[in-house]
Amino acid sequence: MSLSGKSKAVSAAALAVVLTTAACGGSDADASDEPYDPDAPVTLTLGLFGTFDFDNAGLYEEYMELHPNVTIKQNNIAQSAPYYKSLQTRLAAGSGLDDIQGLEIGFIADVVTNHADAFVDFAAEENADELEGNFYDWKWGQASTQDGRVVGLGTDAGPEAMCFRKDMFEAAGLPTDRAELGELWSTWDEYLDVARQYDASPTKPANSSFVDSPASIFSASVYQGETAYNDEDGNPIPAESDGVESAWEYASQAAEEGLTANLSQFGDEWVAAFPNGAFATIACPAWMLGYISSQMGDDGAGLWDVAPLPGSSESAANWGGSWLGVPADGENVEAAKDLVEWLTAPEQQVKLFTRTGHFPSSPQAAEDPEVVGHVDEFFSGAPTGQIFGESAAAIKRTPIGPYDTQIQEAFTTALTDVASSGTDPDEAFQNALEASQQAIGR
Amino acid sequence: MTIASQSTREALVAVPVSPAPTAQRPPARRRRRLSQNRWGYAYVAPFFLVFGAFSLYPFVYTAWVSLHRTSLSDIDGGTWVGLENYRDLLQSEFFWNAARNTLTIGILATVPQLCMALGLAHLLNYKLRGRTFFRTLMLMPYATSIAAATLVFAQLFGRDYGLINTALEAVGLERIDWESGTWSSQFAIAVIVTWRWTGYNALIYLAAMQSIPGELYEAAEIDGASRWRQFLHVTVPSLRPTILFTIVVSTIGAVQLFGEPLLFAGNGTTSGGSSGQYQTLGLLMYQQGWSNFHIGQAATTAWAMFMIILLVVGLAAVIGRLRARADR
Repeated sequence: MSLSGKSKAVSAAALAVVLTTAACGGSDADASDEPYDPDAPVTLTLGLFGTFDFDNAGLYEEYMELHPNVTIKQNNIAQSAPYYKSLQTRLAAGSGLDDIQGLEIGFIADVVTNHADAFVDFAAEENADELEGNFYDWKWGQASTQDGRVVGLGTDAGPEAMCFRKDMFEAAGLPTDRAELGELWSTWDEYLDVARQYDASPTKPANSSFVDSPASIFSASVYQGETAYNDEDGNPIPAESDGVESAWEYASQAAEEGLTANLSQFGDEWVAAFPNGAFATIACPAWMLGYISSQMGDDGAGLWDVAPLPGSSESAANWGGSWLGVPADGENVEAAKDLVEWLTAPEQQVKLFTRTGHFPSSPQAAEDPEVVGHVDEFFSGAPTGQIFGESAAAIKRTPIGPYDTQIQEAFTTALTDVASSGTDPDEAFQNALEASQQAIGR
Repeated sequence: MTIASQSTREALVAVPVSPAPTAQRPPARRRRRLSQNRWGYAYVAPFFLVFGAFSLYPFVYTAWVSLHRTSLSDIDGGTWVGLENYRDLLQSEFFWNAARNTLTIGILATVPQLCMALGLAHLLNYKLRGRTFFRTLMLMPYATSIAAATLVFAQLFGRDYGLINTALEAVGLERIDWESGTWSSQFAIAVIVTWRWTGYNALIYLAAMQSIPGELYEAAEIDGASRWRQFLHVTVPSLRPTILFTIVVSTIGAVQLFGEPLLFAGNGTTSGGSSGQYQTLGLLMYQQGWSNFHIGQAATTAWAMFMIILLVVGLAAVIGRLRARADR
């Protein structure tokens, strides 16, 4: 035996230390041994993507004024896809995570199914009932696991409406009153009729289409069904879903009849098409308004308006939205939870909407007079607070799953194929199913 | 044969010649050699350490991952499936589609590229005014990043607001939806690759051309051969090993083609067009691993690509050796 008794004792002691620390990390308490001192100096990092706009709305500054001991740092990545890739590798490695991580609707289901243990469970908090009451049930539900863990608290939501170009509608001889249009296209079939009318109009602006892409119709209407891409347990069932079936029906008609500009959303040509007036409508979740106004520039003020989404009297739809989660093994878990609860509280959601246009995921915030009374001057003074508020209140909880992004992309690319190459819709549907299957794996 | 072309051939055929006799030496002598040369080993060690960490280990690890069904966020977990991923890959129409596209884009990009490079090198081999300027200019595209070049080309080939379509329309031709067609999109991508690599290959050819002895051209001229015949019968045969080398390098590049088709889509999708019309093997691998998060599948595709490259290089080596034997 070369190993001395002493070194054995040392390694046993080291092991014991490791085990205790691990036990602490595993419990709900902070990873450190000391009890949480809310006034101790602490630096919190947030890993985010895209534009959460907490900084632009001045929320960090406000929090740091309220809590002088807290310093907030934000690490932002422009797009959510690369952000999620790096989040996944960091989850796999168990290191490099920020104190707070942004989670998007595109991958929250994957986190819920596969990585729930890596995040603090907000349903186990003392004030869990109060927290739950802060959010729409569908928002809270989308971040919940089957056994009731909640991996994050909601920030914004994506209730949908239909944005339209008033000037182009007028040129084509269509009504331009938002309420009148809402009634004119109370269903998607009626929306397609209006599209045909626009297409046939001799006075419409030359080279313009009614809608930007078939994806616009598909992505908006798919969540109006009982199911979208998944069954109740979150298993992907694109072939049997009523939402997919009807969304495909509407979108493929539009694609086949050439009613769309057939642009791929978020691509270069799509971006360039906004100021060029290549299309007259686009399905717009609340966050799309920011996109539109920044692409149009100041000259575009007053050209666009917002009407209710087709079919919204039957069922509203949500596209997008995010959450904030707290990695459970972080060093500042308690302080991070406090910040997340504050940032996602109804009062802050109201500020986020009135200052930067992110629609609340909290009914208290959405019903706040400041939100309800909000009108957007850029969009011809449309009462966006009220339109999106009505939409958000009518959203029902459609089960989401880990492959929604990939499946949606499979269907929208197949629709592009119908529109650009004239592929038979039935054949394109089969291709989309195969591509979904490839993405889902087994 | 000239020195330059000789060395490229040796590099290509890469047969280890010198180690063979070592095996017969008595062990004592070998040990002495080992201790005598320890500084030599110390000097090469850093390379092999870095190689081991960043090439060999990932290489073996990729093979290991390819035998599992596993996801990006759980690379070390997953279930052992043996060769199932390989079987699935060979049965997947997405794989064969990508393989076909890689081949056609590869041909579309490599053949014109190398022909043009040869012609360019021939022209620049003459005594021209401002020769250095042209030689530098030629290498500029190679110094441009793939991303920058592709983004610019994607805009040029844009359907509605692209410069090329505007030009086509100006001369009375139809607009082309470059991105959505099979041939048009593959052609557009091949143009990007060709633009980037022609100068690089031309420079290699130029270097090899300058080592062709002038007497050969003088002799040809005395025999009354025209410039074109000189090119055909003196330049090209002397460049043969170099040409083989550039073919191998371009083919490897073509098999790995990834950045151009990814960025050509313009919106970050990895499907390579609405019907996968320009999805290459590299892009398929990326889609499997980093869009769909099936890292086991992606590792399998990576290994399949490696096998294809081995096959190509092996074929080139065989051809090179056969030619060398025929020349002797």
